[in-house]
Amino acid sequence: MAIWVETERTGGLSRQLRSSMAYVLLIVSIIPILVGYAWLLIATFSYRTEGLLPKDAEGHVGGWTLANWAFVTDPLIWRVTLNSLLIALAMVVGVGLASSLAGYALSRMNFVGRRGFLSMTLILHAFPSVTLLISIFFVLQAISALPGFGNIFGYNTVGGVALVMVSLDLPLGIWLMKGFFDNISWDMERAALIDGASRFRVWWEIIMPQIRPGLAALAIFTFLTGWSAYLIPATFTIGTKVSNLPVYINYLMSETSPTNWNQIAAVGLFQMIPILVFFFFTQEKLLNIYSGGTKGGV
Amino acid sequence: MRVELRNLCKRWGNVVGVDNISLEIKDSEFVALLGPSGCGKTTTLLMIAGIYKPTSGEILFDGRIVNHIPPKDRNIGMVFQSYALYPHMTVFENMAYPLKLQKVPKDEQRRRVQHVADMMGIGHLLDRKPGQLSGGQQQRVALGRALVKDPELLLFDEPLSNLDARLRLTMRGEIKRRQMELGITSIYVTHDQVEAMTMADRIAVIKDGKLQAYDTPDELYERPRTLFIAGFIGNPPMNLINGVEVVRDGEEYLARHQAFCLRVPAERGKHVAAKGEVILGIRPEDISLADDGQDGMRGEVYVVEPLGRDDLVNVELPGNTFIHFLADPALRLKPGTPVALCFNTEKVQFFDPRTERSLLWH
Ligand SMILES: Nc1ncnc2c1ncn2[C@@H]1O[C@H](COP(=O)(O)OP(=O)(O)OP(=O)(O)O)[C@@H](O)[C@H]1O
Ligand SMILES: [Mg+2]
Repeated sequence: MAIWVETERTGGLSRQLRSSMAYVLLIVSIIPILVGYAWLLIATFSYRTEGLLPKDAEGHVGGWTLANWAFVTDPLIWRVTLNSLLIALAMVVGVGLASSLAGYALSRMNFVGRRGFLSMTLILHAFPSVTLLISIFFVLQAISALPGFGNIFGYNTVGGVALVMVSLDLPLGIWLMKGFFDNISWDMERAALIDGASRFRVWWEIIMPQIRPGLAALAIFTFLTGWSAYLIPATFTIGTKVSNLPVYINYLMSETSPTNWNQIAAVGLFQMIPILVFFFFTQEKLLNIYSGGTKGGV
Repeated sequence: MRVELRNLCKRWGNVVGVDNISLEIKDSEFVALLGPSGCGKTTTLLMIAGIYKPTSGEILFDGRIVNHIPPKDRNIGMVFQSYALYPHMTVFENMAYPLKLQKVPKDEQRRRVQHVADMMGIGHLLDRKPGQLSGGQQQRVALGRALVKDPELLLFDEPLSNLDARLRLTMRGEIKRRQMELGITSIYVTHDQVEAMTMADRIAVIKDGKLQAYDTPDELYERPRTLFIAGFIGNPPMNLINGVEVVRDGEEYLARHQAFCLRVPAERGKHVAAKGEVILGIRPEDISLADDGQDGMRGEVYVVEPLGRDDLVNVELPGNTFIHFLADPALRLKPGTPVALCFNTEKVQFFDPRTERSLLWH
């Protein structure tokens, strides 16, 4: 504290100038983003907009309306939202479970092919998913042919989309989780084994509680990926209008002419609401993923 | 419980962790594994615990081979250097965890944990998390957790090295006391020879994965069988002087060096005579200042390190030879003071510089 005051006094003016310069720079650079959000908010409640000003049919300022939000009474939007939610939740559960098991094994156990597996996951992660679309298509078709299973995870199903999204996100998840497990001391695990726990109990009762922050962060990231996914749902649910929210927005853009931008803005905002709420409550955990998880224990 | 290691080896590819160690530990004996960092102490301990699989060799508990028995069925308690407490559990939950896994009823868990916690003086801390405890308290919890399941074998991996010097002294006494009271066979890993000397019934000295010696502290101190043990056991360490030649002189033996010529008792000298150049070892406490008129070896004080009770004095002898000895601080020796030293020749050791083995003890 004393040191801070000291430098404040000696470095005085130039220091203050420099920090205010930084603020000015930051504020200026986020203005476009803020303007964008402001437009989004205004547009959803107005008949049409000119710049940031809401206008009515005659071009006068005004023209506030709820018409753009009429879509919430359409049952379709709720089915689409449900699909978005299902995909996102499937990803949280699927990626979370698979990568914490795989990450643990990769971090703690020595088995044939471990190194190869690790580098393969890294390479897979580097592949843009667009390049895989066609091959995934064939895989999904093969799955569709399976009796029973095909109806849930095949082509043109939410399950199929979730399956593809989970597998595409696994490399990242596995690497992240492996990193979290690597940070946990071996001794704790050995102590638990000697105390009489089985390998599985050690994982579940001793190790998992300590990487909870990391797991939470991973869950948040995968949820967001799933919630706002477009490419995979758009590709693998062709022929059904009922896909997820981003696909629905795209459908609105192409099906209504002329495109009603204000309505699209409303759906966009609708899609953002859960994410905003989510971020509001989880931002601390989210930062954790970059700082290595369990710092400070407990 | 009796523990026996037979030709125990552990290798990772080309890295040799433990190289052919055989030793036997009697029931309720306290054995220290002593050696410099990286010599394979922890590896040995983890093999005994069942965490590492030996590359070859056998581990026997009470005469039964346990190589393939998993750690949880070996009934051992282990205390780690890092304490390895579970940070998300309270002290009570930490200590009750082994009992919970054994499906001990809840009320008995509580009773046994309370009993051990009171014994360790941490009975009032049971509701805290490990993060809210001092290092010494965490150490006690770790020891309590190891004791609560009534193990037949206790393993310690440098349990005191994270504590401050005073607490280390207290805990040293406490661990030794509990071990004697409970009579649990114990293996204690340390690189601190004072710890090993003060606590253990027998010490296994390990270097580069090999067992160098396995004997009582006194025996290792008085009759070091290798140069390594001579230099490693004892604090401050033994002086080792190169280029000494022992010759017979009538009924007597003389140890000759550039800087001195010593009369050596016959029962020591006779093993060394005519062996060429040897290494002479003498502990700092067996060297004293020569009395007035007595003929000592002449040198000059080089450095004085006060240790409190004694001064550790480094003396330069002619021919660039340095030796340490312990002097009374009241003498106020200063660098540059000329001194005459006198060796207690009953205690000199001799080593072969090629084999690095003792010429006196085999
Ligand atoms: N899992 C491992 N893989 C490869 N080499 C290892 C492994 N564990 C230990 N080693 C090596 O085996 C040797 C002995 O290690 P160990 O941990 O037993 O030493 P230590 O005597 O306990 O040392 P310290 O006093 O520093 O704890 C070291 O050279 C170490 O590098
Ligand atoms: Mg060690």
